[in-house]
Amino acid sequence: MPSSLLSMRSITKTFSGIAALSGASLEVAHGEVHALIGQNGAGKSTLIKVLTGYHSKTSGEVNFEDRPFEVNAPRAAQDAGISTIYQEINLVPQRSVTENICLGRELRRYGLLDWPAMRTEAQRLLSKFNLNLDVDLPLSQFSTATQQMVAIARAVGFSARLVIMDEPTSSLDDREAQVLFSVIRGLKDNGVSVLFVSHRLDELYQVCDRVTIMRDGQTVRVANIAEITKLELVSTMLGRDVARAAGKTTGFGVAAKAPGAMVLEANDLSDGRLARRIDFSVASGEIVGLAGLLGAGRSETARLAFGDTVAKTGTMRLATKPFAPRQPIDAIKAGIGFCTEDRKIEGIIPDMSVADNMMLALRPVLGRSGIVDEGRSRKIATQFIRQLGIKCTGPDQKIRELSGGNQQKVLLARWLAMSPKLLILDEPTRGIDVGAKDEIQKLIRSLADQGLAVLMISSELEEVVEGANRVFVLREGLTVVEIGHSELTEDAVLAAMADGGQL
Amino acid sequence: MTSSQFLSRYGTAIALLVLIAFNLAVTPNFATLQTLNVNLTQVCTIVIVAVGMTMVIATGGIDLSVGSLMAISGAIAPMIFMGKLMEIGSIYAAVALAILVAILVATILGAFNGWLIARYRIQPIVATLVLFIAGRGIAQVMTNGNLQVFKVPEFQVIGLGRVFGLPVQVILMGLIVALAAWVLRRTTFGRQVLAIGGNERAARLSGIATTPIKIAVYAISGALAGVAGLIVIAINSASDANLVGMGMELDAIAAVAVGGTLLSGGRATIIGTLLGALTIQLVRYTLLANGVPDAAALVVKAAIIIAAVWLQERGNAA
Amino acid sequence: MKQRFDMGSLLATYGVVLTLFAVILFGYLRYDNFLGAFNILSVLRYNSMFALVSLGMCFVIMTGGIDLSVGSVAALASVCAAYASPYGLVPGLAAGLIAGLLVGTLNGLIVTQLRIMPFITTLATMLAASGTALLLAQNQSVSVSYDTAFTVLGQGNIFGFPVPALIAVIAYILGSIVLNLTSTGRSVLAVGGNEDAARMMGLPVQRITFLVYLASGGCAGLAGVILAAQFGAGQPIEGIGWELFAIASVVVGGTLLTGGAGSVGTTLAGVLLLGVLFTILNFENGKGWISLSAYWQSVIRGLFLLAVVLLQARLTNRVGKGDTAQETE
Repeated sequence: MPSSLLSMRSITKTFSGIAALSGASLEVAHGEVHALIGQNGAGKSTLIKVLTGYHSKTSGEVNFEDRPFEVNAPRAAQDAGISTIYQEINLVPQRSVTENICLGRELRRYGLLDWPAMRTEAQRLLSKFNLNLDVDLPLSQFSTATQQMVAIARAVGFSARLVIMDEPTSSLDDREAQVLFSVIRGLKDNGVSVLFVSHRLDELYQVCDRVTIMRDGQTVRVANIAEITKLELVSTMLGRDVARAAGKTTGFGVAAKAPGAMVLEANDLSDGRLARRIDFSVASGEIVGLAGLLGAGRSETARLAFGDTVAKTGTMRLATKPFAPRQPIDAIKAGIGFCTEDRKIEGIIPDMSVADNMMLALRPVLGRSGIVDEGRSRKIATQFIRQLGIKCTGPDQKIRELSGGNQQKVLLARWLAMSPKLLILDEPTRGIDVGAKDEIQKLIRSLADQGLAVLMISSELEEVVEGANRVFVLREGLTVVEIGHSELTEDAVLAAMADGGQL
Repeated sequence: MTSSQFLSRYGTAIALLVLIAFNLAVTPNFATLQTLNVNLTQVCTIVIVAVGMTMVIATGGIDLSVGSLMAISGAIAPMIFMGKLMEIGSIYAAVALAILVAILVATILGAFNGWLIARYRIQPIVATLVLFIAGRGIAQVMTNGNLQVFKVPEFQVIGLGRVFGLPVQVILMGLIVALAAWVLRRTTFGRQVLAIGGNERAARLSGIATTPIKIAVYAISGALAGVAGLIVIAINSASDANLVGMGMELDAIAAVAVGGTLLSGGRATIIGTLLGALTIQLVRYTLLANGVPDAAALVVKAAIIIAAVWLQERGNAA
Repeated sequence: MKQRFDMGSLLATYGVVLTLFAVILFGYLRYDNFLGAFNILSVLRYNSMFALVSLGMCFVIMTGGIDLSVGSVAALASVCAAYASPYGLVPGLAAGLIAGLLVGTLNGLIVTQLRIMPFITTLATMLAASGTALLLAQNQSVSVSYDTAFTVLGQGNIFGFPVPALIAVIAYILGSIVLNLTSTGRSVLAVGGNEDAARMMGLPVQRITFLVYLASGGCAGLAGVILAAQFGAGQPIEGIGWELFAIASVVVGGTLLTGGAGSVGTTLAGVLLLGVLFTILNFENGKGWISLSAYWQSVIRGLFLLAVVLLQARLTNRVGKGDTAQETE
């Protein structure tokens, strides 16, 4: 067996006495695409940060290219041939593509920057991925996928031997992900190894050779990807056997009741930008899915319905009355709640308590005098903490100290406290570990069973297919098709997303 | 609670107690009502302005215009009660009108700051820089840069009067601090202010009307600056547009920072601001009373600001 | 998608230069001798201090920071320079410059090592520098020596061009080279654009941050030397409010306070614009039709700043909308 490119053995890392890694190991072979998976908190990120010099390890042994490897800064790791592409693209949006590719290894002439040479270099690297961009434009002018490619071009430019990709596809749509995969295969052909971190299991089978599974700060299994099933992956990650109904991978289960009266209906909705002609409807007691690729206008549709953006054309009817919200408060008053895609940026108020976060929307309604009723707030909060099974020390704990799944539950409670008629959920389980995901999916179903109308946006096909009663598929700002429950299969949704396939 | 969290939370209060203990031991005649009154009188305009600043900072903003608004308010009031603008028969009516108009103008200008920030999304530093620069100029233009000297006891009671031995402005300061602390802690408005500072997008999506709340917060800051301006001129029996409120913005921000309010917004304490202002004042008093020149006190003040903020950041990180 | 890089952003970048020319043209057409050598040179001479302070501020702001200490650093430097002036031009210059660099070092260390927000850090050092200046000068201005060549730095000419303006011009040329043609300069912009990303890219974020505060301190120190040389005395209480005028100039010059973008040249245009407005006011008074007191200058500057930020807000809001539209591609 040829020696490994990278070998990390018995790595431990403790943060103020608490172990984040306890005996983790990782072996990456030359020219291999290696997957690293695990639940949130399993220690993947910590392991990567130890490798790239962001954290220093407490103990353990790292060998890279058969030599002991010890760096204390990302720069040193980069110089040694390890480049990292992080989940949130870590480039500078205001600066040009050239700068983003060349910063840190500038080309000089007479001691000063040689701009023409750097431009050429940037173009040369991008052309490896069949990209032809105006490299003088600020990075912010390009789509997320393009920015991702620029990040990879940067990594390759540093003549990396190992490229680490931390959830690179989380902001890409399927088509863009395919481009990325072909880039990864290209790297592999050139003898570059890739360490690939992803929550999307399907992708692993497309590009990876082997997989390392982590749990509780340890490496629990290493396998050839071809020799392990998806179910095995999940159960190893969770550390327990997952018993499910045949073929089901989500926690939605089956609807208990038939849908009731129509709650919200939209016709020809547009925001003048991404959403161009959107139709959808959602009735009480049902979960309606909005499917589509990135940029198809799903989140924009949600924002229109919630009054966060104002519709340029089109009409909405709430129950039977015309509905034209101009700001979120209008929608909230009409009984609509909205859990956004990005909890950190648009959801939680990190420094506030769990109770305050829950009461944010309700409070103006509750205390008409404008004075906070602390006792009542705590009572309501405590009730939701119990009801939704939120793991926290109590209503006074700061929300930023909670895990992603529990934060999401608090945000759900923020709206449930209003007793809404309609709940709009944008990627309700994104970035949440597998166990909590299951719980949240169950919760959504039970809310619908209690008569709530749910409009759910999700990029995970199985979530849409197994969770929704009906699905509206959007493509390039248009509603292309409505798929009823009887025809709802992954194939049908995929076909519609891909080419608006008429059924 | 770790020691750094403890220090971060109670450091200012402890520093204040240590200072008092030190003075009791060292400074002659420290434990007198006289000393208390001197210190409270000197600190009270800073505290009043800093209360408004605390609220502004709680939303994640900053208000550099407070000193200039003090100058405007201080310039307007004498023009009215001295009858320069119009004859008013009763001096009481004139004083009442003067106070009202001065504070009203400051409030409106504060609201203008808030409007720029909320409506046009201009960064608070830049938006309030406009009135920082233009505001003092407006006050100077109104008075032509001249000193307005007056002797109007009916008005000056707010700077010179006493009730039960306590200066009126100190009582005023106490009321403002108490009211603001209550508003921030116990009202929906207060929670919404903190929510906006903590995460503005999330606050808006939760149905909080961010624009009016921001405008209100800057208006409050303006109004309190107006009050402080009146107190300053009442104490001095004169209004000098060139000097009233000079450098106040930075004194107020320093008090807020030392008091433990997070400068990035989302966490604020009015009582902390009071303690912060008192600490800074007492340090200065201690040094002066023990023969250290005022200039040296500035250096010490700088060290205190850095130390206080450093302790708080460490407490947060822990 | 190229057309989005359109008039809006061009206007945002070069609007200040155009406005400066427009104002100068207005002055030229309206007043005799507006473009006379004397007037031009005195505008340059007087504004060279502000130009230097604004240059340092511009670099700090490009990293997303702020330096409130520049005014009192200039005051401190002027006192130090005045004390050293009897030993000659170079010692005077060095004393002021070193004083500025020392405070800059302090700022840089506190911001990078103690990780305290720049606003608070430089607010504190502003007080400290001011206190030190007053202590050194014993609360009064310190006369400079006229026996040495020191005053040339403020009052002299080379080929008829004022020395302080020459110093400022050289500083701006150097600043422009550093910003555009060195990796340090590009790193300054990267740090301001996205500090985390810059760190992940392996850029020396700490060193860059430290350097901009050092540079700002140095610029303020130079400004202090000129202050002392120009007015014949070290002035411990000068410099109040300079920091905010410098920020105003930088903003008028089109540099965003959020960092990540900016230009040295337009900052100079911003300084000159605010300076020329003052000259216009003087000339207008000279015509005798109206009599606006000097107090109007701050009102007018304030209004001007208001106009600029409103314009910038409109432009950036438009650009912002363009950005989201790109996802359609």
